[in-house]
Amino acid sequence: MSLYALCSILFSIGLYCLLVKKNLVKKIIGLGIAEYAVNLFFILLGYRQNGEAPIVDTYAAAGQYFVDPLPQALILTSIVIGLGVTAVMVAISVRIYEKYRTFDINEIRRLKG
Amino acid sequence: MKQEKGMTLIVKRITKVTVSLIFLFGVYIVLHGHLTPGGGFAGGVIIALSFIHLVLAFGKEAALKRITDTVISVSESVGGLLFWGIALLGLVFAGTYFLNFLPKGEPFTLFSSGTIVLCNIAIFLKVGAGLFAIFLALALFRITDDKQEGRNGL
Amino acid sequence: MIIVLMIAGAIVAMELEDLLSSIIALGAVGIGLTLEFLLLRAPDLAITQLVVEILSLIILIRATVGAKVPQEKIKARVGYFAFAVLFVVVFLVFSYRALGALPEFGAPIMKIGAQYIRDALTRTGAANIVSAVILDFRAYDTLGEATVLFTSVIGVLAILRKAGRKQ
Repeated sequence: MSLYALCSILFSIGLYCLLVKKNLVKKIIGLGIAEYAVNLFFILLGYRQNGEAPIVDTYAAAGQYFVDPLPQALILTSIVIGLGVTAVMVAISVRIYEKYRTFDINEIRRLKG
Repeated sequence: MKQEKGMTLIVKRITKVTVSLIFLFGVYIVLHGHLTPGGGFAGGVIIALSFIHLVLAFGKEAALKRITDTVISVSESVGGLLFWGIALLGLVFAGTYFLNFLPKGEPFTLFSSGTIVLCNIAIFLKVGAGLFAIFLALALFRITDDKQEGRNGL
Repeated sequence: MIIVLMIAGAIVAMELEDLLSSIIALGAVGIGLTLEFLLLRAPDLAITQLVVEILSLIILIRATVGAKVPQEKIKARVGYFAFAVLFVVVFLVFSYRALGALPEFGAPIMKIGAQYIRDALTRTGAANIVSAVILDFRAYDTLGEATVLFTSVIGVLAILRKAGRKQ
């Protein structure tokens, strides 16, 4: 139970960093931390005490004691999609820097257009 | 003052050895995706990292001489179409969409498990080419102060 | 515990002024996550998380090349700051009440997972159960993921098409 609480503390650190900081790159870093916390939470849900990694070893080992393979398959998809989202965010912020010469969102809001 | 392209001499010598090793390791992880941990996604990212290693050590032109623009976009499209084509062949041959219809041989050998090996190869082509294209677009984008055009897209 | 080290790394990544140092601290949090995946018996995910972490660090460092860091003026209005703290505290209270309803750590319910474990070797012939799940039992999700990656590649190439000029 305390492992779940630590995971939600990590998520709230990322959320706080996304809300409060004024630098665009710091906001991207905060979103990345929140994403790590969500992936960790799903894998914590599927862990079985004294379980093995879900790879079948020998022929007649059908009764081995495995951890749950379904959350691992879903989070594999999520990790690769997180990379794509980070790439698009970095492309947009490179364009914003090229036009306004700053990453500060207060300056950008003042120099609109 | 002559501008040296890429990095120093030590990095260039070591890169000539390690690029082929990284490429071979990525191909191994993709082909054994149904026997050991790994699969198409991790192998595709490793292949893209080997090409990025080449670009970082030697400069852009040396890497673009080997892999041209059309090769990258064609291989990404071929990967996507191949994955979708395997799904449609399942519909044509055996009645259900995405059915695993090829014969499953002996387990724990390289060519068991039906269509899983072909799907891994299709995903590896798509992910590797796509991520390398993202890196090239970000690295060639030039913040211009003088009148100089950046790269015109791939 | 590794999660405590990750929390410390996240706080360091948030508070540093220099952009390059905070990106390196984010890399440390990612490698801590890789070690945690290995301890939770998920080797597929550990390999994928490590290489994706390296690639996203390369892309993030590219964004900060030659950028000057603005001064972090803390003279934002106090109401703005207090609203953010209130939001986070409300989230923590509700999550604490919701996490009490989960099954306890180490004993999952596994209604569908047990069926996948039983049928993977005989019906698909693959020894890696996670590969059998993402490419045979749930192949639609992999098709959706390939579409999302393709869309993000097209998006990046469309945004960075032609370099502008300084006004």
